[in-house]
Amino acid sequence: MSAVQTTRASSRQVRPADARRVRESPLSRTAAMLVMGVFTLYFLVPIWWLFVSATKDPGQFTSTEPLWFAKFSLLQNIHDLLHYDGGVYLRWIGNSLAYTGGGALLGTLLAAMCGYALAKYRFRGREALFNVVLGGVLVPATALALPLFLIFSQAHLTNTFWSVFLPSLVSPFGVYLTRIYAAASVPDELLEAARLDGSGEVRTFFTVSVRLMFPALVTVFLFQFVAIWNNFFLPLIMLRDQSIFPVTLGLYSWNTQVNQIPELRGYVLVGALLSIIPLIVIFLLLQRFWRNGLGAGSVK
Amino acid sequence: MTTTEISTRAGAARATIRPRRRPLAHKKAIAFFVLPFGVLFALFYALPVGYAVWQSLLVVQRVGTFGPAHDVFGGLSQYSQVFANGPFWTSVERVLLFGVVQVPIMLGLALLFALLLDSPLLRGKKFFRLAFFVPYAVPGVVAAIMWGFLYSPALSPFKAVTGRVDLLSADLVLWAMANVVTWVYVGYNMLIIYSSLLAIPTEVYEAARLDGAGQVRIAWSVKIPLVMPAIVLTTVFSIIGTLQLLAEPQVFRSFSSAVTSTFTPNLTVYSTSSVPDFHLAAAFSVVLALATFVLSFAFLKFTQRKGVQ
Repeated sequence: MSAVQTTRASSRQVRPADARRVRESPLSRTAAMLVMGVFTLYFLVPIWWLFVSATKDPGQFTSTEPLWFAKFSLLQNIHDLLHYDGGVYLRWIGNSLAYTGGGALLGTLLAAMCGYALAKYRFRGREALFNVVLGGVLVPATALALPLFLIFSQAHLTNTFWSVFLPSLVSPFGVYLTRIYAAASVPDELLEAARLDGSGEVRTFFTVSVRLMFPALVTVFLFQFVAIWNNFFLPLIMLRDQSIFPVTLGLYSWNTQVNQIPELRGYVLVGALLSIIPLIVIFLLLQRFWRNGLGAGSVK
Repeated sequence: MTTTEISTRAGAARATIRPRRRPLAHKKAIAFFVLPFGVLFALFYALPVGYAVWQSLLVVQRVGTFGPAHDVFGGLSQYSQVFANGPFWTSVERVLLFGVVQVPIMLGLALLFALLLDSPLLRGKKFFRLAFFVPYAVPGVVAAIMWGFLYSPALSPFKAVTGRVDLLSADLVLWAMANVVTWVYVGYNMLIIYSSLLAIPTEVYEAARLDGAGQVRIAWSVKIPLVMPAIVLTTVFSIIGTLQLLAEPQVFRSFSSAVTSTFTPNLTVYSTSSVPDFHLAAAFSVVLALATFVLSFAFLKFTQRKGVQ
């Protein structure tokens, strides 16, 4: 699907020339820029405030200009944050990367294998399986958190890494997207040719099909990454031991104690700033994929 | 996307002939591909749904007043409790009100930005696209913490506002949360609508342009009808998200005493399960999931009947 979009998008590169041919009035240009400018402030000022606050000495939060720098002690603040409570913040970041990176990578692979099989092989129960998975897309993840907790507590596995990691491997949306994409982008003739060459089905998948499905895989990976990174209810209900918290739950638990331990406020601010960085890096690295890919699910 | 559909159908047509020739082809490979996901899906998706329904049908019974508790089948008695539970329905009304106001504002802004990005009126499109999308990289919990500070009179850089109006008061805190959700998701929805605008071939509105139609006219009569499927999709996702509201109110409980433990339906589920009354909490979960399903399904049907798809 992205393939279709990309070709169309590139045909749009001619647009600037058209635009010059038919001039827009300066008034509407100014109005448009004004609207976008005002909203740029709306979207970026809070993050700017967070950044500026994180650079301040904790004693200066309330006494200095909120949107401009005072004494620049960002490095000191980061140092303090990383050493607070035995370096628990770094642990949370590590946990988040493990839950999210591992979950998104493995989850994408499993979804792709299933979606691929649904698209490329005929077997009994294929349509039934696909419809059940499609139903799963409509089940909100938060509705599953409580029953998952009850099931894991039956097995005495709550408050473990696996109780959050394993459920986040399942991406019904990923199966849906990879199935559609595989049907459109992996030709049957190519698979037949690989068979004639003596390549096994599994080997063909990993050497040929995965490459053809790559844009869809990146999209599924991003969706999974964001979903797990943002997931709050499942860890909140599952985990008690702060050494296995993801960073969101850790920051949340600090924030609930700010009234008793005021120094935590500074750590929450600096920690919040640092926790945004991994996702921004991922988005920037994979920019050319999500720009076209994010809309893929919306096109019928 | 018709190309996709056609090729799937063609593939399906070809396939109906094949199995008779080789009924057991690639059995092992298929199992290898499908089983890992299938098993995990069964364990962590299908089983929890079934288990929640089953748990919601049980009640706790004690032998005497202090005797050991055990679960017995109670039919729909948890559900009669759910329907008699005032705070739960108040919380449902609250998120519905939230949705009716916040979803149109958020999607209206997203549509406006997408149309502006797609028009020849703007310069620096790449910058705007990225700047508006950045908040989506902020996890809901972190966004709520950040805005919580921004709303607090002591820390806020907007003292002119927060000094006069208490945004965390009982009257306004719901809309303070609506602002957080809007801030995070406008850019994401904007990108979905924008990428479906990009998929429209230019020729479609070149004719309108040559007839002298302005940008507003083109947007209203040509572009918006063509991206309606994307708008419908983002609306359904937003309805689901609104009913599931949890991270923002849970975080705001540290900033405002106006946010009760039953502020939204999911908070009710959470606080009921920490009582712990798992059976009632499971019944809440089931009712909430069903309500979500019915609402998004009804919206889809409604828009289909209106012929926008």
